[in-house]
Order: sequence, then C-alpha cells, then structure tokens
Amino acid sequence: MKEYMFLFHGPREPMSILKSPEKMQAHMQKWAAWMGDLGQKGKLVSAQPLEAASGKQIHSGKQAITDGPFMEGKDLIVGGYLICKAESYDEAVSLAKGCPILSEFDNAVVEVRVVQEMKP
Amino acid sequence: MIDGPGERDAGKGPPPGGAPLAAHFFRHESGRLVALLTRILGTENLEIAEDAVQETLIQAMETWKLAGPPENPPAWLFRVAKNKAIDVIRRQRHSVRFDFSDGDRILLNSEYTLATTMETLWNKSSIEDDMLGMMFACCHPGLNGESQISLVLKTLCGFSTAEIAQAFLASEDTVSKRLFRAKEFFRKERIRPGIPPDAELKERLGVVLNSVYLLFNEGYRSTHDENPIRTDLMGEALLLGRLLAENPHTAEPRVFALMALMCFHASRSDSRVTSEGGLVLLPQQDRGLWDERLITEGCAYLDRASTGEAMTSYHLEAAIAYEHCRAESFAATDWARILHYYQWLCRIAPGPMAELNRIIVVMQVSGPAEALRELEGLSDMKGDPKGMQGRCLYHSLLGEIHARLGDSERARAGFETAAGLTQNEAERKVLRDKAERLGR
Repeated sequence: MKEYMFLFHGPREPMSILKSPEKMQAHMQKWAAWMGDLGQKGKLVSAQPLEAASGKQIHSGKQAITDGPFMEGKDLIVGGYLICKAESYDEAVSLAKGCPILSEFDNAVVEVRVVQEMKP
Repeated sequence: MIDGPGERDAGKGPPPGGAPLAAHFFRHESGRLVALLTRILGTENLEIAEDAVQETLIQAMETWKLAGPPENPPAWLFRVAKNKAIDVIRRQRHSVRFDFSDGDRILLNSEYTLATTMETLWNKSSIEDDMLGMMFACCHPGLNGESQISLVLKTLCGFSTAEIAQAFLASEDTVSKRLFRAKEFFRKERIRPGIPPDAELKERLGVVLNSVYLLFNEGYRSTHDENPIRTDLMGEALLLGRLLAENPHTAEPRVFALMALMCFHASRSDSRVTSEGGLVLLPQQDRGLWDERLITEGCAYLDRASTGEAMTSYHLEAAIAYEHCRAESFAATDWARILHYYQWLCRIAPGPMAELNRIIVVMQVSGPAEALRELEGLSDMKGDPKGMQGRCLYHSLLGEIHARLGDSERARAGFETAAGLTQNEAERKVLRDKAERLGR
C-alpha cells in the first residue's frame, strides 16, 4: 500500500464564501465525516490546513523573496494537505472525491499525488 | 445522584448567579471534567486532561472573583474546559500521541477536524458513565492498592498531591512518584477508561469496591491525621459508591451492601468526636446526634442488597452496622445477633481483625472470662502467626477484658501497649485515659 498526498486547491477565504456560522459548522462537520471515514478504515495518516493569511516565495536566480501564498488562477491557493494510504491511484482518487471542498466550492481542485517510496 | 452540568440537564438548575458555590464545588467539578476528558483523550494523555482542567479552574477563579460566579457555574466550566482542551492539544500537537487504532480519536490530530471531533466526543456519553469508566481505569489490577486510591483521589476527587500526601501520611514526593509511575503504566498500557466487558466485570468491580471501602475506612478511622476521623474522605467514598449503585452496569447487591455499611457508619460521625477533637466510643455516643437521613438511606440500600444470592463481607458488615444503628442504647443492642454475623464473617472473610471484633462481641454476650479464653486461643499459637502482639486492637481488648475481670494491673498494661501501637492521636488519648482511670 502506498501513501498518497492530497493537495487542496481552494478559495483563499472559504469562510467568507460560506458566510453564516451555521454553514461553516456544517462544512466542518463534512470534514469530520470524510476524514472520520478514512480514519475508521485505517487509511488516514495525517492532515493539516495551511495558514491562508501568510506565505513566502523564494525565486530562483537572485533568490528574490515575495510575499505569498502563491495564487493560482481564480484566487485559488493550496489550503492544506492530507496523506492517506491507498492500494492504487484509482482508490486514492475515489477517496479524494469525498473531499468537502469539491462539493462546496465551484472551482476547487484536489490534486492527488503518490508519495514516492524510498526504493532499496 | 450528582447533579449534571446545566447545559445537559436543563431544568436541574444550579444556584443563580452570585450565589456562593457549594462546598468542594471545584474539587468535584474537576473530577468530572478530568473523567470526561480522559475518556476522550485516553489515559495515555491523562496529563493533558489534568492541564486543561487546571487552566479552566484558574480562569474561573480569576473571572469569577471579580464578577461573581455565572448563572450556571458547571455549564461555564464545561464550555471553557472544552476550549482549553482544544488549546492544549494544539499547543502540544507534536508531543501528543493518540491511539491510532481509534478512528474517531485520530481526528483530534488534524486542525481540519479537531474542534468538531471534540464537540462530538464531548457529548457522546454521560458524566456518570465517564466517572465510572475512570474509576475502573484507576482501579486497574495492574496497579497496587496505594496507587489506585491515590489516582482515584487525584483524578476523580480533585485532590492535590499535597492533600493526598496529608491523607496518607506520605511525603509529597512519595505521592508524586506513585502518581508518576501510575501514569507511566497508563501511557504504556493505553488503558481505556470504561466499564469492563461482562466477562471481566465481576472481578474488576471487586477491585473498585475494595478501593472505595479502603478510602472510606481511612476516613472513618484516620490512621494518618491529627483528626480522628476525616469526613471529607468518607464523603468522597459515599459519592463514588452512589455512582456505582445507581449505574445499571454496576448496580449489584454487594455494591448496595457496601453503600449500606458506609451510610450506617457515616451516620454516626457527629457523635464520634468532641468539639475538642477527642474520640467518643460507641457506649458513650449521643445517639440523638446520629444522622437519620443517612440511616434511612442505609436501610434502603440494605433492602436492595438482600436481593442477591451471594453473601459478601460487605453484607455482614452492613448488617452489623445496622444492628448498632437500630439499637435504642448500647445496653439494648442485640449482641447475640451481632455475634452470629461476626461468626459468619469469620468464616467467609477470615482474618485477625474479624476474629478480634468477634471476640469483642463474645465479651458482651458471654462475659470477659470466655472472651479471654478465646483471645488467648488466638495468640497462643506458636510464633504468633496472626501477628496479634503487634495489633493495637488485640492489646486494647486484652485491657478491656482484664478491667472487667478486675485485674487492673494487666488491664493497664493492655491499654498502654495498645496506646503505643496506634497511629491515631485521638485513639491514643482514649487508651491512655482508660489506663489512667485504673489508677496505680
């Protein structure tokens, strides 16, 4: 079983889109349900959001430093990650489809990558 | 039944804002919160639970000392404790290790799900079940008796290390080492608080009851304190006993029997000490001071205890205590019936203390000569296998018997030897007075 990393590309300020406390709470509960399911199956390794308010980028060459986080397309940023175990890309992708950002936000993306194993 | 926190038990309203807090309020709320948090975090994280509760109480103290307590103090504490727990987990994120076999608890490791999961787990069980579960964890057979009682007092009764040390005449250092080792055991074995499965329940409940019984006894006849009795320890034991008696999983006849015996003994507390802290013995006690309410409660438990088939030592001790409570006076006590119970007790739970107590009753029923014959039978065995020579009760009984036989020389010797063997200051005084009164 390999480890897969999900990178969550979502809106920079999701809570300002959700607006009401009620919706925010419902959204968090979806996360708990989705991750809880992964946990129950023994597939969850770790997951954390990244702070959206700040970030730094160091550019090659002169190593110029700019403030981030890095914006992609329509205000999307990498908002967090999750590492889980899966048998195959197919399984990883089907697990990732449950991520609440996909049903909540119009232009969100979950990027699924396999974590390279150290080969003996 | 202890009161639930207001948020869950609406209607069972605690005192209105500004009203003084009940005695031991912080102590008891602390026990309830630690039990709840330990259920969520696991015993391996008991330290975090204790930290979160500690911070909660500090915040309460600081907030309330200016504005007075809020309308519903327990609800306030529960709300703040929940947030403190989340804070502590965040702060110690890298050192906290949750049991990964638990699909729910792993979610406490991620910021995505920490708050929601805490909320869900928080409301998952009742506070009474949590306290009971914690009681079973603290009284795990892998821990020795001293550690069990220390843990119960620390986690469930909200005693500080210093207060436990005072209760058991141990140094604070000894008690903290004891607690440290117990927590190491929790960390390693990842003991889950909870009511054990049916197959283990019988034995595990026995261990819990024994701890409650020892805790009560320490209060009833304090061996380590200048106060001859410690009503606070008796109160804690009664509280824990009621929890066991009221929970369907543990509501067994032997639990009721233990409750009955504790109620009967506790009912006499006020008559057992003088205002100067001296001890008053049974024949001299003012029976008008005996607490009717506790006696009634004890009788109700004794009724419920009689439903089972097994006769335990708790049953017999409760029956004996009941006989004392219902007697109009010392002289009117039904000694023959009490002797019958003691004989029974000596059969099912033989031991030197049971034998000595039985012989005290023999003295009432058959007179001092017969009691002396039996007592000598106990101690004449080669090499004193029952360790009678080292027991305070043996020598004080010997003194009593000789006093009644008119041999003041031997009587005095008995009382004086006994006085040298007790660790209870008030008891020592009673024995010295008895020796004194015999004259020289």
